[in-house]
Amino acid sequence: MSAGEETAVAQAKHRELGLTDAEFDRICALLEREPNDVELAMFSLLWSEHCAYKHSRKLLRQLPTEGERVLMGPGENAGAVDLGGGWAAAFKVESHNHPTAVEPFQGAATGVGGILRDVFALGARPIAVLDSLRFGELDSERSRYLLDGAVRGIGHYGNSIGVPTVGGEIYFEGPYEQSCLVNAMCVGLARSERMVRAAAAGVGNLVVLMGASTGRDGIGGASVLASAELDEGDDAKRPSVQIGDPFEEAKLLECCLELLEAGLLVSLQDLGAAGLTSSAGEMASAGGVGIDVDVTRVPLREADMEPFEIMVSESQERMLAVVAPDDLEAVLATCEKWQTGAAAIGEVTGSGRIRVLRGTETVGDVPVAALVDGCPLYDLEPAEPEGWSYGNRATLDAGAGAAEIALALLASPSVASKRWAFEQYDSVVGSRTVRRPESADAAVLQVPEAGGAIAIAIDGNGRRVACDPYRGTIEAVLECAANLACVGAEPLGLTNCLNFGNPEKPGPAWQLERSVAGLADACKALGVPVVGGNVSLYNEGPDGPIYPTPVIGLVGELPEPERAAGLAFAREGDAVALAGPFAPSLAGSQLAKLRGELDKGLPGVDLAQHVAAIAAVRGAVRAGAVNSAHDVSDGGLACALAECALAGGIGCRIDLDPLVEARGGSGESSLFGEGPGGFVLSGEREALENLGSSLELLLIGAVGGESIELEAGELSLSLSLADAESAWRSLGERVENA
Amino acid sequence: MMFGVIQFPGSCDERDALAACERVGDARLLWHANRDLAGVDVVVVPGGFSYGDYLRAGAIARFSPVLEAVREFAAEGGPVLGICNGFQVLCEAGLLPGALLGNEQIRFVCRQVEIVVENDRSAFTAGLEAGQRLSIPVKHGEGRFFAPDDELDRIEANGQVAFRYAPGQNPNGSARDIAGVCNEAGNVLALMPHPEHAVDPLTGSTDGLRLFESAARALA
Repeated sequence: MSAGEETAVAQAKHRELGLTDAEFDRICALLEREPNDVELAMFSLLWSEHCAYKHSRKLLRQLPTEGERVLMGPGENAGAVDLGGGWAAAFKVESHNHPTAVEPFQGAATGVGGILRDVFALGARPIAVLDSLRFGELDSERSRYLLDGAVRGIGHYGNSIGVPTVGGEIYFEGPYEQSCLVNAMCVGLARSERMVRAAAAGVGNLVVLMGASTGRDGIGGASVLASAELDEGDDAKRPSVQIGDPFEEAKLLECCLELLEAGLLVSLQDLGAAGLTSSAGEMASAGGVGIDVDVTRVPLREADMEPFEIMVSESQERMLAVVAPDDLEAVLATCEKWQTGAAAIGEVTGSGRIRVLRGTETVGDVPVAALVDGCPLYDLEPAEPEGWSYGNRATLDAGAGAAEIALALLASPSVASKRWAFEQYDSVVGSRTVRRPESADAAVLQVPEAGGAIAIAIDGNGRRVACDPYRGTIEAVLECAANLACVGAEPLGLTNCLNFGNPEKPGPAWQLERSVAGLADACKALGVPVVGGNVSLYNEGPDGPIYPTPVIGLVGELPEPERAAGLAFAREGDAVALAGPFAPSLAGSQLAKLRGELDKGLPGVDLAQHVAAIAAVRGAVRAGAVNSAHDVSDGGLACALAECALAGGIGCRIDLDPLVEARGGSGESSLFGEGPGGFVLSGEREALENLGSSLELLLIGAVGGESIELEAGELSLSLSLADAESAWRSLGERVENA
Repeated sequence: MMFGVIQFPGSCDERDALAACERVGDARLLWHANRDLAGVDVVVVPGGFSYGDYLRAGAIARFSPVLEAVREFAAEGGPVLGICNGFQVLCEAGLLPGALLGNEQIRFVCRQVEIVVENDRSAFTAGLEAGQRLSIPVKHGEGRFFAPDDELDRIEANGQVAFRYAPGQNPNGSARDIAGVCNEAGNVLALMPHPEHAVDPLTGSTDGLRLFESAARALA
């Protein structure tokens, strides 16, 4: 082989691993030589988008991350906010999109497993999981297969490990047909003073690998799967998808919490994408130290694994801890008690380098700074697409009347009840769940330790973000905050997962840039810090990118959980009010989708006005002034009112003419139009009227009867509860019996 | 009055069961590897996935050291309550009749259901009345109670059916709507619904607390 051919082979290798020629040259410059195979594998993973955020880090700098209640911000395993009383809530959302598209059950299951580890790595006991899922339209067999697998996988992992799945959302849209989304969020509870950071410290301390043994599963997951577009022939990638073992994680979780409680760990980090390489690299980087790892001391599933495989394996259910030598015996004894594996595989050094040893032989040696922070950060080259660049398929008869439209909306899978899914999840284990899925706009969990409760919501609406990335993202944050307001909770911190297409293309780059700007502005307006998040780019298939989908997770607090309002109408004769600056429009709505009339553009909002309304609704709920509260979302007021009625098993009589008059829309836009800032409240008439002093408030009707009667301008409709129910409850039937 | 709640690796609801017991008495966890029940008055085998339950729910737990002690405790008439996975474990251990199979719909189900009290033979039901309805959540993937017809006839004739799902609310296809059974002597009782998750008005219902109160009163 000639010298030229050898160079060609080496270049082919780094390209196959996802590195550009320029990135390879930079690695050579940083090392002052060419990397060997072990080092190249390590760099290829830590310099992937998934680990290095090389296309997003610059943008993310504009997000507000500071606040009085923030205990840990971005950069740690998870963010954490102060709940008072010496307790903290730790939380994060993370994607497992590509693995789920390849193998939905294991992909989704390990997504849950991974986010749980991020949270208990801080020393927090996980108390809740929520999921945000996106699939193609339900009439696609592939979408039903992915949905079924993902829901089973989430249930399998969460149920088995004893952490309740308390909420979430599922949308079905054509652009997710090839690239489904699975974003899992976990919230944990920790004693503030006992939370641990992920920084390695103490030269001479030991590095202990705990949990499952290391196998060949998930090798190259971060680079091959997480940072390249999916295309035909994905079956070949199946070996890159990790296999989850919730029992192993259950033992590991209890073991880690026991070790932390006993003060036996200096620091702790989970092994996620890029396995040992990223864990060791990030721990060393955070602590300003070096780490030596001897691969011969790593417990293996297969005897003949190469050093590079050991360093990048993404075998699940593993944690890396730094332990003082004197504590090793006690640590191993606790691991033995929990029947979880543990081995001292290396030590903390003052070298500032990650050295990979095979016994006495050095097989890899790289500076931590080059590995963790050396990756070039790229500027995006955004360009706004000319027009609506996604599909538009009419599924609703153009001549459909108001009642027919309402039933079609209630039956559309994105609006319909998700009971079929959430009944497959244990939502009560842990004895904290005060508001279960679909009983309120946000999940509510009591935290008597901190003298109150927390509320959690997760929201994102890719279709509306596709219409206008900036305004759509603001709406997603407002909706999440509105959900919290409905149970009386005030946001403490925000986490997000930014799911976008290929950032190297101008269209997705523009969407990403505008979306992050919207996220920053909404967070600043609400005064909510971003405490952590995750970026999932390259969500594209042969048919193009997904809808740009920022998924927002909020954690808030409420002093009196018994006052957390449900969404169900509660009492015959209660008055119904529409509160907030809601100005419904058909732009980007579910109805526009059913009619095949989606297009660019959303109305703008006055952020200050919306933030004030959210605060006023929160105050009203906290004061016990309402008997139910529900924010207006997909399908507009007609669907929001139907949801309140169906959840309560009681009808309503509503006249939306006050809305038509006040906001100047049509009957149709008032019934089915969407937009932020709308709350359906029910309660005693006088109590609702009193809210009018602090909140835009229109009295629109009363609770009662066995039908949903709606009038708006020139339109009226009447739905029996039974008909509305059978439309709204049709999801399970359509999944099971398609 | 001391309740002992067994903790297997993979138990999920042991802390919830412990907290429920502590509402009516003292309670402690019992580690699966110990043969010693530490002198407790009541044993609770809680929900979860003992040892991962990858084989068949409860099939490994029946061999655990602590189950040897539970067998002796039960043989001497000690009151034992199995919940969900605890029911599966006690059936596998031969302390209760029947078996729990995969749900009819082949999916995990988490749902609030009503169950009807059938008899008051055990310490856990002595304080309840036959015909009384309790609202308690179920959450399981393998909760379909099964036994051959002649065995079911015998269980019914012996008065060993402790709870049935209310008409129309059987969540898993259990034979004859059976939600919970006891042994012939009446001291070992288990059910698939989770009474420990119905002890606090804030989290849904207090109907499950009645079982724990009943045991505390019966044994006081």
